[in-house]
Amino acid sequence: MAEYPDDLRFLASHEWARLEEDGLVTVGISDFAQEELGDVVFVELPELDAELAARSEAGVVESVKAASDIYAPVSGTVVAINEALEDAPETVNDSPYDDGWFFRISPTDPAELDGLLSAEDYRRHCEEESH
Amino acid sequence: MGHRTTLYPQHVQAGARFVDFAGWEMPVHYGSLVQEHHTVRGHAGAFDVSHMTVVDIRGLEAGRFLSRVLANDVRRVGPRKAIYSAMLNAEGGILDDLIVYPLNDEYRMVVNCATRNKDLAWLREQLAGDQCTIDARDDLSIVAVQGPQAISACLKAFPVAHHEVLENLKVFEGTPSGTWYIARTGYTGEQGVEVIVPNEEVVDLWQELNTMGVQPIGLGARDTLRLEAGLNLYGSDMDESVTPFESNMAWTVVLEDREFIGRQALTEQLARGVQRNLVGLVMDGKGVMRAGYPVFCDDRPVGSVTSGAFSPTLSKSIALARLSDTRGQMCVGIRGRKLNVEVVRPPFVKNGKQVFKPAISS
Repeated sequence: MAEYPDDLRFLASHEWARLEEDGLVTVGISDFAQEELGDVVFVELPELDAELAARSEAGVVESVKAASDIYAPVSGTVVAINEALEDAPETVNDSPYDDGWFFRISPTDPAELDGLLSAEDYRRHCEEESH
Repeated sequence: MGHRTTLYPQHVQAGARFVDFAGWEMPVHYGSLVQEHHTVRGHAGAFDVSHMTVVDIRGLEAGRFLSRVLANDVRRVGPRKAIYSAMLNAEGGILDDLIVYPLNDEYRMVVNCATRNKDLAWLREQLAGDQCTIDARDDLSIVAVQGPQAISACLKAFPVAHHEVLENLKVFEGTPSGTWYIARTGYTGEQGVEVIVPNEEVVDLWQELNTMGVQPIGLGARDTLRLEAGLNLYGSDMDESVTPFESNMAWTVVLEDREFIGRQALTEQLARGVQRNLVGLVMDGKGVMRAGYPVFCDDRPVGSVTSGAFSPTLSKSIALARLSDTRGQMCVGIRGRKLNVEVVRPPFVKNGKQVFKPAISS
């Protein structure tokens, strides 16, 4: 069964966002998404210092079978990218909420997070999508 | 709810994730497509391909009939040899690709599941007084066992009564064996067999294979395996809009010594010159080629990818593409960027090893 950690916020397009103690927002794709995609073979991340608008395209995740766009959950500046995914994209499958993170954003307006789905709402969304 | 094969409960029990495949609820993988792919390349795996349609063509004139409706000539092969062929419309367009197996003096065909109704209707329309019958055998299931250890695993899993037949079959031969039909064919580029058995016997066969360590493999790995083997998929790599000459299938066409449906169109196409062909592409850069992506030769559009994926064996993206020109710097457009690719002659992988060679430009 896919996991939906309570401390995360989600987009319906399957990205998660976590507000860290230092005020940055970490972004990745959900457990449900990695299961749906299957074996991830390649991740295209945004450039460092890129300015992203909320819900704009921020990268691509490629599995053996499909390519899928990644959207920024909130607006802001990209301050870190997970370079480990370059050589070990399968980390997205193994650890979607921890080691498999994609990038970190310095958010323009942290309140944007409140507009995202809660873990419970997102779980319900996924259950509907898989039926 | 879609159609289900007899083995559906076994797939559920094995934790399969299902996908709709032309109206059939089929296992796409049982956990990891990549792991299943490597299992077939390194050991052996079992595929339930019972969604495909078995069609028996029986009667005195079965051979005559098939030699008229198929682009390959069933009468030119030895008594146990199977043949791969296209079935064409009058314009030379590919209605389906299929394998014909010898069934004593008659024939058994396995055709694609998505084209089942179209194929059966077409075949019946072409019966111009030939003395033969056309029967779709929904009472039969098909299991493919593929991989370097497939034959030895089958010798453990099959009832003893079938061992002699299995041991004596050569590659691409097939023959009945009691209530079974055993053929040394497959869709992976590995050693292996495809076994056609009565539905009521397939669960026992499947469980016996599992007991002997042969893992179930889903349609996801079946697709990456066949692509590595350079084998076409109907509906992706060819359809009614293209001929065998445009689909890397010239070797399956026998123009001599007979009339067959589509022959006139093919002869005319040869006289005019074939403008494009299906070739292999290999990309070393990061990214994955997918069906529909545009292909460029010295920046001119020359066609598109028909099947693409990440090759688990080669750890890079491979594809089939139908192209009008390959004499220049070749690129594939991926989300607005152009990435260099090499044109190769498929297969990409055979018996677990990289085998592709640079295509000879012509």
